[in-house]
This record gives sequence, C-alpha cells and structure tokens, in this order.
Amino acid sequence: MKTTQHALSALILVLCACVPGCANVAPWERGNLAKPHMALNPDPMQSALRTHLYGSREASTGGGAASGGGCGCY
Amino acid sequence: MNLRIVPFLCAALALGLTQKTQATDAGNEVPNCALSAIDTTQQSYALKQFRGKVLYVDFWSSWCNPCAQSFSLLNEMNRDLKDKGLQVIGINLDEVPEDAKAFLAKHPASFTVMADANQQCAKDFDVKAMPSSYLVDRNGVIRYVHLGFRPGEAKEFRALAEQLLAENPVRK
Repeated sequence: MKTTQHALSALILVLCACVPGCANVAPWERGNLAKPHMALNPDPMQSALRTHLYGSREASTGGGAASGGGCGCY
Repeated sequence: MNLRIVPFLCAALALGLTQKTQATDAGNEVPNCALSAIDTTQQSYALKQFRGKVLYVDFWSSWCNPCAQSFSLLNEMNRDLKDKGLQVIGINLDEVPEDAKAFLAKHPASFTVMADANQQCAKDFDVKAMPSSYLVDRNGVIRYVHLGFRPGEAKEFRALAEQLLAENPVRK
C-alpha cells in the first residue's frame, strides 16, 4: 500500500516537472500555423455548403465542425 | 510536514513559471527597443530617438491578413500627419526576413519599417496579438493599445492620433 502511494507521488512529481514544458506560442511565432494546409478545415466554403445541404435534408444542424489552426490574428 | 501537499506545491510552482509577469499597458513608458532597418542598410534605431514625436507603433507579420489591411491606414496617416509630428513605425516580426521583403513588395509602405530580429521588442511590449498597435505621446508614454485591426476602426485611430498631436509635450 505504502509503495503504491510512493509510486503515485513520484508519478505526480514527474508530471509536475513536465508542466513548464507546456509553453505558450507567442503571437509572432504563429507563421507556420497560419499556412492554409495547417487549417483543420481545408475548404471552409465547401464545408459550409455541405453543412447547409445536410441541414436541409435532415432538418437539423450543428456539431459538424471543429476549430483549430490559423494565425490567431485579431 | 504533510508530504501530500508537496505535489500540489510543485504543480503551483510549475504553473507559476509559465505565467508572464510583465505587461505594457496604457500609462507606461514606451520600452526603448533596439531595432534595425529592413532594407539593405540594416541601420540601427532605438525608439528613444523619436522622443518628442507622437509614435504609432504597429507590430506586423507577412502571414497576418489584418496586418495587410492596416497598411493602407498606416500609409494614409503617414502621408497626412507626418508634418504635424506623427512618426509611424511598422515593426516586422517575421521569422524569415525574405517573407517580409516579399510582403513589402506586394504592399508598399511609405512609413518607417523596421525589423525586430530577436523579437526582444515584441517581448518588451508584451505583444498579445497580431497586429498590435500602440499610440505613444510626445513624452514617451503609451496612451492607447489596440489589438487587431478592422477596416471600420481607421477613423478612430486617426482621431486618437490627431488628439495626441494636439497635445504639447511636458518639458522635464
């Protein structure tokens, strides 16, 4: 029982040590993220059209897209 | 001491290390950044040498679409308000200098464009978004900070710059 507790504490300590590795990407370092092929949705217009058609057929919409990538520009 | 709190202390410390403590907001003095010209001369500049003028400092990158949109306003403000004491400075933050040169060939800039090669100026200003604009009065105090750019905001920027130009510097 005590060994398990020690192992758990050691694991948490190791995970804590890894946390500073999660660095923020500075706004000026997002040049690669801004490239078109980094977008999760390669063709937003086509996706919008497909979503519209799907919504018309099914009489329901939503839940069809995810956000991500991009330059994060304001 | 209860050893159970040690992991939580470590976690708090680790999270604390990832947080920034410095910020440049309205009311603070403008950082005295060292910059270099983006052309072949590579002439060095320091922001302090523009003291006495109203500064419009704009951080931009070639991959940032709103930055490209803002160039027409920056050119216009430079053309109309330069003689009244406005200094428009575009600070490029591209990691590859050739990208900036290609961008400038497509979107010509009549205002002063400089490069922040080691990104120290962006860190000193604590740039939070692209583009970021800072209006600095004649005394070297940051008066307005604006994140991003939308074409509808051009009038507001111009009015703010004209307001600062109308103020007299305080002699120290």
